[in-house]
This record gives sequence, C-alpha cells and structure tokens, in this order.
Amino acid sequence: MSHLIDTNLTVDHLLMGNDAIARGALEAGVKVVAGYPGTPSSEIIEGLANVANDMNMYVEWSVNEKVAMEVAAAASFAKLRSMCTMKQNGVNVASDFLLHLSASGVRGGMVIVPCDDPGALSSINEGESRYFARLVEIPLLEPGDFQEAKDMTKWAFELSEELRQVVMLRSVTRLSHASGTVRYDPLPQSEVNAEFVYQGFLLDQMEGIVITAPVGFRHTQQQEKIKKAREIFENSPFNTYTGPEKPDLLIITSSACTLYSREAIDVLKLEDRVGLLKLGTTWPLPPNLLKKHLAMADNILIVEEVLPFLEENVKVLAAEMAHEIGVKTFYGKNDASLPMVGELNPDLVINAIAKIMGIDYQAKSENYAAKAQATVISGAPQRDLTFCPGCPHRASFWSIHNALELDGRKGFVCGDIGCYTMAILPTGFQSLKTCHSMGSGSGLASGFGKLGQFGFDQPILAVCGDSTFFHSAIPALVNARHHNSNFTMVLLDNSGTAMTGFQPHPGLEINALGQEVPGLDIAEICRAMGARVEIRDPFELEETRKILNDLIEDTQEGLKVLILSQKCALSPERKAAKKYEMSIDESLCIGENCGCNRVCTRIFRCPGLTWDKTKGVTRLDEVLCIGCGVCADICPAKAITRKEAA
Amino acid sequence: MTAKQLTKDPYNIIITGVGGQGNVMASRVLASMLVNNGYVVTIGETFGASQRGGSVMSHLRVSTRGSWSPQIPKGKADVVVALEPSEAIRVLCDYGNPRVKILSNTRPIHPVGVIAGELDYPSMEETIKSAEDLAAEVWFIDATDQAVKLGNPILGNIIMLGALSALGDLPVSIQDFKNVIQNSMSKDKHDINLTAFGLGEKLIQQ
Repeated sequence: MSHLIDTNLTVDHLLMGNDAIARGALEAGVKVVAGYPGTPSSEIIEGLANVANDMNMYVEWSVNEKVAMEVAAAASFAKLRSMCTMKQNGVNVASDFLLHLSASGVRGGMVIVPCDDPGALSSINEGESRYFARLVEIPLLEPGDFQEAKDMTKWAFELSEELRQVVMLRSVTRLSHASGTVRYDPLPQSEVNAEFVYQGFLLDQMEGIVITAPVGFRHTQQQEKIKKAREIFENSPFNTYTGPEKPDLLIITSSACTLYSREAIDVLKLEDRVGLLKLGTTWPLPPNLLKKHLAMADNILIVEEVLPFLEENVKVLAAEMAHEIGVKTFYGKNDASLPMVGELNPDLVINAIAKIMGIDYQAKSENYAAKAQATVISGAPQRDLTFCPGCPHRASFWSIHNALELDGRKGFVCGDIGCYTMAILPTGFQSLKTCHSMGSGSGLASGFGKLGQFGFDQPILAVCGDSTFFHSAIPALVNARHHNSNFTMVLLDNSGTAMTGFQPHPGLEINALGQEVPGLDIAEICRAMGARVEIRDPFELEETRKILNDLIEDTQEGLKVLILSQKCALSPERKAAKKYEMSIDESLCIGENCGCNRVCTRIFRCPGLTWDKTKGVTRLDEVLCIGCGVCADICPAKAITRKEAA
Repeated sequence: MTAKQLTKDPYNIIITGVGGQGNVMASRVLASMLVNNGYVVTIGETFGASQRGGSVMSHLRVSTRGSWSPQIPKGKADVVVALEPSEAIRVLCDYGNPRVKILSNTRPIHPVGVIAGELDYPSMEETIKSAEDLAAEVWFIDATDQAVKLGNPILGNIIMLGALSALGDLPVSIQDFKNVIQNSMSKDKHDINLTAFGLGEKLIQQ
C-alpha cells in the first residue's frame, strides 16, 4: 500500500513536500488531477496516479500544462474537486486559459499547484508563478513547512468552493523536494456524482453556462471574490507570529524562507529581539493583520526568493496605513539586503539580519575557510554535467556535430528543454546555439528557415524530445510546413519523458494509470503534414551522419524530419539488459601518440571510459559502462571492442 | 516514543556523492530510521536534471525541537557521509568545521573534465590527507568494492549507512534498518541489504 493512503493518524510520516501536497489533496477528496511533468513538481501526480484505483480518481499526464488545466477545470465544472500541477514555466503555458478561468470562476474546488525553482536548480529560468496570482486576481497560498503543505492543500479546496474561484498553491524546490514529518487527517469516504449543469439563469455561476462574458459583470464578481478572500485571510491559522511584543526587527516571510528565517534567528540567538511574521496567504494580503504587526516595529525585513513580490505588496499597504502605523524602514530586495537572483539559504538571511542589527557573524573561522578553499581546488575537481553513460543523445549529437562540420556552411542547432539541453555543453559537443522554452527550437528554426531572401544560407537543425514534440513542437512544425520553411527537425525519441523520470506521453501506449491507450506515431504525424521523414538508430553513427548530410543538402523546399530512436540509458529496459560487453585492448590503444589524439575520452567523453594518465591508455569503468557499444565505432585503432552480452 | 537527547540539536548530516549512486535512497532510509525512533527529521536534496554526472547532496537535520531549514547553514555539518571521495572534500569548503567527522567511500568517479584529461583527480593518499587536515576524525572504507563482491555496486550506499550507524553518534541500529526496509523494499532484496548494512558496521568495528 502506498504511504499516501496510510490510515495511521497517530504517527509522524516522513514525506517529501510533493507527497504532502498529494496527501492534502486526497484528504480533500480530489477526484481529477492532471499535469505536465516538470522538476520539481512531478512527484505529486506520480504519487496520486499510484493510488488512483484505491481512491477512485482519474489522474493523467496531459499533453501540456494548458490542456492539463482545462482537463482539471472540466471536472470542477462538473462539480468535482480537481487539481493541476506544473513547474513554474508551465504556468506561462497555461496562463491564457487561467486568465479566462479566473473570470468564469469554478464550481467544484479547484487548486493549481505550480512548483517554482528559485536558483534554477533544475530549470533554465527563474520564473515566478506568484505574479500570475496577482495578475489574474486569484488567491495565492504558500506553505511554510511539510505539515502545512498537507494542511493548506486540503484547505485550498474548501477555500476554492467558498469563493467559487480557482486557488493557486505555490511550492518551491526546497519544499517540494525536501522531506519532513507530517501527521495525517482522515481520508474522506464520500462518493460523488459528476454532472455539468448549464440550464440555469445565464448569469448564475453555479447553474448557467460557464463563460467570461458579460466581461464587466464577471470581472466585478471576480473582484468581489478577492475581497472576500482578503477577509477570510485576516483570521487564517496559516499566518502566524512568533517573537517579542516590540521587536527591534520584524521579519515578514513565506514559503521555504520561513525555515531559513527561523534558522537564522536561532543561529544568531535573537529570539528576544527579532519577530517573525510567517504568511501562508500571500495574495491578497490581509490588511488588518499586516497593520497590527507592522505597528510593532520600525524596521521591517522581507525575506523572499527572486523578485520582491511580497515586499511590493507589503509596501503598498504600509503606504496606505502610514498615518496609523508611522513611517517604516524596509529591508529586502530593493535595498539589496537580499539578492534578487537565485535561491535563499539560512546564511543569506543570517547575514542580512546581522548587517541590519550590527552583529558580527562568521560561519567559520577565516583560517579554516581559507584552508578548506585551498584544499577543494586541488582535492575536488569540478564536476561538469554530462550525458549519462550510454545516453543516446551523446551519439545523436556526435553525428549532428560531425555532419555540420563536414557540411562546412556554419550550420547550427536550435534546441529547447530536456536532457538534450546539455548539448550546449561539451558533452553534446556544444551543438545547441539557441535554447528557450518548450518547443521553441522548432519555432525558431521555422523563422530562421525563412531568412533566405536576406542572404541567409546556413543549414538549420532543430532538436526536440518525443514528449516535447507533443507538448508544443507540433504547432511550430505545422507553421514551418505551411510556410515552406527550410530546416531539418531532429526528433530525439528516447521513448519517455526521461529527464523528469519516464512519465508517459501521447506517443506511448500506456498512460499515468498504467492503462493501455492508443499511442500516436510521431513519424505518421509528420508524414501527414507532408514532411520528408527518415528514421534511424542514433547508435548507428555512420548511418546517422550520412542521412543528416543528405537531409541538410536536400534542395527541395520545406520541412524535413529525422527521428533518432533509441531508449534512454536510464530506462528500466536498458538498465535491465546490457547489450554488449565492452573491453579495451590496452596494447592497441596508443593514446596520446594515436592520430586520434584520444578522441574517445577527450571529445566523446562518455563517463564509462576514463583516461589513465600514468599508463597513457584509455580504460573502461566497468561499474559505469552500460554496454551501448558506440565507443567501439569511434576508436580508429580498434582498441575498443564489443561482444554481444550473454 | 521519546527520543534520546542528541549530542547536538539539530544534528546535521550531509550525504554526498554523484548522481546514480543511491544518495537519495540512503538519505530516505536513514531519515526513516530516525523518525521511527522519535526524532523530527528534515531532509533537503537536489535531484532532477542537475544531477546528470553532477554532485548530489542530501542534508539531514535531526532534532527533537522541530523542522529546520532543508539547507544546513554554512560551517555546521556534524558528519559527512561521502559515497565518492572527492565529494567529501568538496562539501567541506562550504559546510566543514574543525569538529566535523568524515566517513567516505574510496571508489572514485571521475568528473568528465578528468576523463577528458583537462583536470587531475587527486590520489587516495592526497584525499585522505586533505580530509585529515580539515576534519576531526576520518574513515575511508571500500564500500563500492565490497558491494561489487556482493553482486551489485549500488549496495555501496547501504554499506555506508551500516558504517555510519557503527560510528555511534546516531541512535540507529541494524534492527531499525530492518524495520524500515520491511516496509519500503521488496522482500527478495531484504537479505542482501541486511548483509550490506552488517558489512558496513564491521568495516568500522574492525
């Protein structure tokens, strides 16, 4: 049985933040959950999919975040409780629907859960979902620890139903992917019946049609909901104050920053001088609660990550109340007490407090710090990111790189988000020259492909993964085909959403619930568009390189697609069975003296191979090698050999 | 269950290694053992795309007082468990202090820069000397080599956990380990994991 549906209410359960959110949704009786995979949000849906049968739920990995939000909203319109999850940039994808959903309102409780990634630990942006809550005028909740992640999620559904409005519950990496102890509440037993009612009065949100018009009427109604949320938030148990009655410094914070702030006060032993106002309801802010606490102190430090969202909102209230609470000195982002880029940690908060209060703080003695710094430089060589041993992307980019070099016309690759983003690094031979949002490599290539009339003659490639293809590359390819844009799309098909943990996508014959479903054939879709489509195994290096040059040189106008199909090296299938036993004949490897100049370890750089400096030969790391066999084809001395594994 | 008082509260553990070594699993198992013994444990980890060939670190905060930051404050690690030796040294730069203890595996995983011949990987002697310079006590054990002998290199993480329990600072035993894996692992894996844990204990006790 999954720990998510454990019925023991009297023990502490060790839960990841994402599991706590999932449990909260279960305790609220959520019935439909949809999302698109993205670190750090993915485990919420994975956990719920595992218990979908036990709890009579429908859970899906949708094709993208906008469709996920629409799928969840449909359930809400049919009076069910629903949730959708995504990483921060997913909110941008879904935002067009969200703008309209917030205007029409919802029926069954509906919660959207974006998991932001301050510091971009697993992202290529530091996007902020909080601003969307203010922009589309919906309530924003931010849990400050693991117990709250569970409790607030449960409450978010009740709030949504009370307001008849979608509610945003925002998490961050350091909460979603951190773990702590949580006490459970009971799981509900009730069964519900879904029905979409539309026969009622036109303007009746619960029984009429669900639309955003008349806009003036609905928008006014929407703003009434925000006013009501503000009143509810005045007494929320998720807004707490700890500290003295008249603190020298008042910290206002939310989310994971609560834990950093609490730690900073503990480390500096300032419990008697610094107060901590922890807010769980961060939009709209409850003005009376803020007034009461702002009045306590003259100096206010706002602790939050990335942009000054909370700081700006608090300052607006403080300006309005200035005649009652007096003039305050604010510390935070705008005065550079805290950085506006990257994630926070206890030390950044400690240092900010220490500076404001004139305290001398050193994390470690200068002597030790200097010694440790010097030791690390020689003792811990930098660990750059690299494709895994046996990764098909390394082989694909090897061929792409070689094909473009042979072509010699300064060709380049437009990329987007996936493990293959790492092709901006030496591990992918620095092949990617642009990298933005999901599917944008294809859209940019579509644009580059129309620059011929201005003298542009560089070959253009776009790469995208199989899941990204469905998520957002299809419209770009349609655009390219329709406008006769000249480029070659290379589809790196590794049979799953590999980077986030093998979630299924529409190209596979299985869904999040493990059911058999129709898989859509990428090659057939591209052929139906009228593109020239080729399929190769990227582990066949020479074949792949040849077809790439053929496609690049194809003078026929329009879209060409090369599908490079090979399973991810971390996939259960590839991990289970080694294809080849590799070996290196050290007598044949002539290392530095070889004309290849160590092409295997210096350029190809698979972690399964390592350069033995003392012997001057390449060695195999048998713990890391997964036996893909590709390196045998790049060794000109035939020192690396493969043998079919038994 | 009332938890025994810790030598320090919060007691801060860092488990470090390279993506794919079973770092996250080791931190979960250790934390579960401690939670079952009545402690409040907070784990901070990074995993996802950032871990392809990169360093992976889990921070465990063990306390009787409540949840703490999922990131340990700088200079405040009490013990560092390294599944890869150079990672032990890397961690000390930010989180080390003269009282820290280090328990490290000896099996190196070469960074891609070393594979490419651009960087040098320190010898085992250099690594041990660096560790001794920066820490109060150090243990280096051949966990991966022993795990390979047991039939699977991934068991190195469990051997390291067994060794950690034998250091004696944390109130966890092989019985606690047994209780945790009974709920979290399939039955066919119990014996081999218990063997690995016991082996780790012995490597320290010898």
